[in-house]
Amino acid sequence: MEMLFLTIALVLGFLTLLTLYRAIAGPTIVDRIIGTGVIGTKTTVILLLIGFLYRRVDMFVDIAIAYGLLSFIATLAASKFFLHRKTIVPGARRGNVPEEGA
Amino acid sequence: MSTVAIFLMIAGVFFFTTATIGLLRFPDCYTRMHAAGKGDTLGALLLLLGLALYNLNDGFSLAALLVSLKILSIAVFIFVANPTASHAIAKAAIDAGVRPWTRKGGKP
Repeated sequence: MEMLFLTIALVLGFLTLLTLYRAIAGPTIVDRIIGTGVIGTKTTVILLLIGFLYRRVDMFVDIAIAYGLLSFIATLAASKFFLHRKTIVPGARRGNVPEEGA
Repeated sequence: MSTVAIFLMIAGVFFFTTATIGLLRFPDCYTRMHAAGKGDTLGALLLLLGLALYNLNDGFSLAALLVSLKILSIAVFIFVANPTASHAIAKAAIDAGVRPWTRKGGKP
């Protein structure tokens, strides 16, 4: 059973690396915020799997709860910040967006 | 019970993989949000449900029940918080003027 946990954790780590590409090289800021949120969800699950692997789930479940809360707050704060900044698409005003790059 | 937990966890990994492929391959930020918001939520839900079931598997005790309830509370929180975050991001993108992708590049 521990082999299954290790395999799932490694697969999720590989998927996190793939998501990190979208979070770094995303064309707009929106893509980067989405990638960061997906990485946060995956990391919450990976923390629980690490807890099962080390047989200390009672400790790691609290860390996972705190990480999930902080990840949600970070996504919400970033989206509110860029909602007020109006700089998601470079060089675009409200309702007037160039055809490419959006 | 352990078989059900293994099945749930493998289904969760499948949905995580689907969400990541959608996040990498879709053409613009709204469609990527569609993949990330739904596939990720369902994958995390299934994986956490499987982990909570497996935690109750060997020997029932009060501590194990408490840990399983905490894992289920994480699942409920993700089920509420992930669509809320997707809604906030979509509202920010619409208000900032990001246009949805269309096949011909015309009006959406």
